[in-house]
Amino acid sequence: MRSFGFPEFLFILEAAKWTVALSLIAFIGGALVGLLVALARVSENGLAQRTAGVFIQIFQGTPLLLQLFLIFFGAPVLGFDINPWVAAGIALVLNSGAFLGEIWRGCIQAIPRGQWEAAEALSLSYVARMRDVILPQAFKIALPPTVGYLVQIIKGTSLAAIIGFTEITRAGQIINNATFQPLLVFSVVAAIYFVLCWPLSLLAARMERRRAAALAR
Amino acid sequence: MNYDFQFGPVFEAWPQLLKGTWITIELSLLAMVFGLVLAIVCAWGKTSGPAPLRWVINAYIELIRNTPFLVQLFFFFFALPALGLRWSAHTAALVAMAVNLGAYATEIIRAGIESIPKGQIEAGLALNLKRHEIFRFVILKPALKAIYPALTSQFILLMLSSAVVSVISADDLTSVAANLQSQTFRSFEIYIVVALIYLVLALGFSGLFRVIYARTLNYPDRR
Repeated sequence: MRSFGFPEFLFILEAAKWTVALSLIAFIGGALVGLLVALARVSENGLAQRTAGVFIQIFQGTPLLLQLFLIFFGAPVLGFDINPWVAAGIALVLNSGAFLGEIWRGCIQAIPRGQWEAAEALSLSYVARMRDVILPQAFKIALPPTVGYLVQIIKGTSLAAIIGFTEITRAGQIINNATFQPLLVFSVVAAIYFVLCWPLSLLAARMERRRAAALAR
Repeated sequence: MNYDFQFGPVFEAWPQLLKGTWITIELSLLAMVFGLVLAIVCAWGKTSGPAPLRWVINAYIELIRNTPFLVQLFFFFFALPALGLRWSAHTAALVAMAVNLGAYATEIIRAGIESIPKGQIEAGLALNLKRHEIFRFVILKPALKAIYPALTSQFILLMLSSAVVSVISADDLTSVAANLQSQTFRSFEIYIVVALIYLVLALGFSGLFRVIYARTLNYPDRR
């Protein structure tokens, strides 16, 4: 029987690059979806508002694992060929899109009414109003919770292990099945996640404190 | 698309689905109660305990919040039994959920406690309330009222993430779905129905939390 040594550690560590890659896909895709969702939520178009509302309700009201299963097992049913990579990517993009959209909606709505009215009084178009007035200010408010949400995304990628995508958690399971040293293996797995997530958590908290201090001035 | 949807086998399995739903509700409710108690103790320790206790609580919070729930579950289910602690998948799932919720809820409740004005605590002292009475009535209750929305949405997130315990076969709703899937191969239909059940559960829990708020915390305050 194999025992847990340096090669086993390297195997898990190497899988971390897939966790990071999947997290980046989820974050970039989720940011695009989330921006659309947030803009739809604050738009004056009732249909766009309701559609985005239903989207958020569905993705925040059901488990991420089930969303992953639905895409992974549902796509072949609808005639698409799918692998764990694509399924995990799509599920995480849509899920983070819903959560980021809801976070950013709050940030956009936190911009004082007067700014909207001033932009309108200057007869700025919708695009100019959003791009030059509202979104840059909302961006500053949104930064700390967005960095904080990045931690949720990284942790969320662990669920891809369940459909067979070899990232950190799956690599840990594989090594555990070969070595039967669960305490050691899962401590290492947890430690790698911690090293990825903790700096982001600290950064988010620091940004939040600095923002609060700037507001208090 | 030429797929022929067949929900028949899914609905025929309703007794299993109902049982799974009940186990998910039971696990979630128990984890909420234990997690809340753990969080209140930790929040007390973090705001007014001695320094070593505060370090331990901080380490607990940071460890839990910066690692995935799935890994924590594996830890409780595979790693701790290797140390000689024998427990069922169900118990391991419950403990993992309560410990996970406890860390998030501690931070939420701590924020609530820190929002209580000092004058209010001094008023409690002036009324000659005992220490535990001050903590319970003057600090904790208004703190819970202040952070109630954040706390209850964390509870609902916990209920949803309980789907993950199906990987250790804890007999919850998602485990039932996975079993049905391997028996009937109607994976898409099963997961659609089960996702809808979770949606209903999420709405049900948020309704329940509104009722609890109206019954216990809905008193006028100065805010």
